[in-house]
Amino acid sequence: MLEIKNLHAKIDNNEILKGVNLRINKGEVHAIMGPNGSGKSTLANILAGREGYEITEGEVFYNGENLLELSPEERAWRGIFLAFQYPIEIPGVSNTYFLKTALNSIRKYREEPPLDALDFLALVKEKARLVELDQTLMNRPVNDGFSGGEKKRNEIFQMAVLSPQLGILDETDSGLDIDALRIVANGVNALRSPERSFIVVTHYQRLLNYIVPDYVHVLVDGRIVMSGEKDLAFQLEEKGYSWVENQDALV
Amino acid sequence: MASANTFEEFTQQEYKYGFVTDIEADTVPPGLNEDVIRLISTKKNEPEWLLKWRLRAYRKWLTMEEPTWHNVHYPPINYQDIIYYSAPKPKKVLQSLDEVDPELLSTFEKLGISLDEQKRLTGVAVDAVFDSVSVATTFKEKLSELGIIFCSFSEAVQNHPELVRQYLGSVVPYTDNYFAALNSAVFSDGSFCYIPKGVRCPMELSTYFRINAENTGQFERTLLIADEGGYVSYLEGCTAPMRDENQLHAAVVELVALNHAQIKYSTVQNWYPGDKDGVGGIYNFVTKRGKCAGEGSKISWTQVETGSAITWKYPSCILQGDNSVGEFYSVAVVNNMQQADTGTKMIHVGKNTKSTIVSKGISAGRGQNTYRGLVKVLKNAEGARNFSQCDSLLIGDRCGAHTFPYIEVRNNTATVEHEASTSKIGEDQVFYCNQRGLSTEDAVNMIVNGFCKEVFRELPMEFAVEAQKLLGISLEGSVG
Ligand SMILES: Nc1ncnc2c1ncn2[C@@H]1O[C@H](COP(=O)(O)OP(=O)(O)OP(=O)(O)O)[C@@H](O)[C@H]1O
Ligand SMILES: [Mg+2]
Repeated sequence: MLEIKNLHAKIDNNEILKGVNLRINKGEVHAIMGPNGSGKSTLANILAGREGYEITEGEVFYNGENLLELSPEERAWRGIFLAFQYPIEIPGVSNTYFLKTALNSIRKYREEPPLDALDFLALVKEKARLVELDQTLMNRPVNDGFSGGEKKRNEIFQMAVLSPQLGILDETDSGLDIDALRIVANGVNALRSPERSFIVVTHYQRLLNYIVPDYVHVLVDGRIVMSGEKDLAFQLEEKGYSWVENQDALV
Repeated sequence: MASANTFEEFTQQEYKYGFVTDIEADTVPPGLNEDVIRLISTKKNEPEWLLKWRLRAYRKWLTMEEPTWHNVHYPPINYQDIIYYSAPKPKKVLQSLDEVDPELLSTFEKLGISLDEQKRLTGVAVDAVFDSVSVATTFKEKLSELGIIFCSFSEAVQNHPELVRQYLGSVVPYTDNYFAALNSAVFSDGSFCYIPKGVRCPMELSTYFRINAENTGQFERTLLIADEGGYVSYLEGCTAPMRDENQLHAAVVELVALNHAQIKYSTVQNWYPGDKDGVGGIYNFVTKRGKCAGEGSKISWTQVETGSAITWKYPSCILQGDNSVGEFYSVAVVNNMQQADTGTKMIHVGKNTKSTIVSKGISAGRGQNTYRGLVKVLKNAEGARNFSQCDSLLIGDRCGAHTFPYIEVRNNTATVEHEASTSKIGEDQVFYCNQRGLSTEDAVNMIVNGFCKEVFRELPMEFAVEAQKLLGISLEGSVG
């Protein structure tokens, strides 16, 4: 469903991505690990359509479409969801209203009628239970004054409501306590299906105990330098990235 | 990327009220002198005292200087180029709505104001002022059964001269300021309303102002009196055609609330703001003031200001009666080259008087938005309380927000609280919304509406919806 070919990207004339190749099929979960500043969030942002990056080479196809030509909202309508590493606060706009507007614009694209207040509420209740989200957060402004953990949980909750085809989780585990980590991971697992794929960016093997990936990739300095199955994450945790870099040097 | 385009494209939706109605008008030549004032007064068949009052105002005006203390900039206005009177030419004296020129009726239909009583918004009586003249007032009979007088200013002068004479200039004397003096000299019409003792007006009263004629200044005058225990909710709406030259609008609104009376005055101001380069647009230099003359009375101003090239306006309350209450809720939007200098004055005279100020300024494009407010507590205002909240929202980084809160307290039992904040719609917020499937337009509207919620809550229901839409249109193209 997603194919990234030789993707090069610059910010302010600094090359951050230096030839990323990645192919994701329906139903697969791909973990991306890598040192700070290696370009993981950059990759996630480019897939979601954030401005400010210059794509100098390469292409990205999503269900056969040239993804890079679509605006962020067009990508969202087609089922791409990014759980932000740092979720944004929107004072004055209630979480419920925000999510309802979002859901209905996606439904509009799918030519489905807007959900009425009652159906929407029922959906929200069900999904809030999934990530054990405190209902009072629903009536508060989007992420405004939420704790770090609440923000992350809210991201996964939104994902559950919007039910995307490709979920990109950028360090959703950071800032979560142990219980929350388990709850959020279970939430993600409940969403796994043969039709839905995930990219899970993380620094910690621990998350991958809960969300067991099909593949693990290591991104170093703008390139995927190593790919493997789930046990690659254990090796990384044990040996650190210098091990990968040395392996890389050997290749 | 694609969304950069949407940001830009989002900019220029045309001002949707910018059409001109082709209608025969009775117009006096441009320029101002005593003869023009006499002519206006004669055309309106006014009593001698009113002409004298106008002339006194004119002579005062000649001695005054145009104010320069505000934070807005415009080339000098040549007051001799302005037409001071233009009225749609009536075929004969109108007996009913059926006799109003169909062109005029259709203008108001186009603006979404139905003057046809059958089809009107439920519970809203409308006085429609076209150029300087009131063309139709709906529901007059139904209201008069309750003793409520709601008519054009000119009719009030003919039919209720004693009320007009008693209250005209009692809140805003013609000596008050340059534009108030000018208005007093040349005003041609406006709305008049009187709520008798103990009557609660059962419907929203509304005045709809439309500037149509070219090179014409609009100088209307509104006088609203709520007698003891009376209540009224009043709304005014304003639009104008798109023209390349600036047009002056210098209105005066006076409100008087007697013992335990309540007046709620809401404005949705959408005069033509000029184009994106700042060509054309209305200069809106308006004096609005309410006097809580009676004990326990209450006046509340709610305004949504989206139009005009320049807005200069401070709806104020004089809290004279003990335990009286003044409120000011404002949303002021500037986009492109618009400038607004607006705010309020709360003058606490009586004991235990209370005032609330909530001001939301939104600046986009190269717009400059200034909040200017005065809270004044006089010596005898024991236990006076004020709470002010001024929030600014910036969209983009070429616009500006300025806040000038003035506080003068002469009684040490007073409590005055002021809160202020400035925030910015960031690209991060817009991207976050986009990522969830919202277009940039929807995202900005949602954030702005969230920001203005406390003010919209104060508007009558139907108008709150209108105001939200209007805000969306005013801010098109403002991000990016
Ligand atoms: N707006 C920007 N201007 C300049 N450099 C930037 C900008 N955004 C990101 N970078 C740089 O790009 C590089 C990659 O950043 P990115 O956020 O993708 O890393 P990451 O792999 O997600 O790191 P982390 O694990 O710390 O989240 C970093 O060196 C960062 O400083
Ligand atoms: Mg990152």
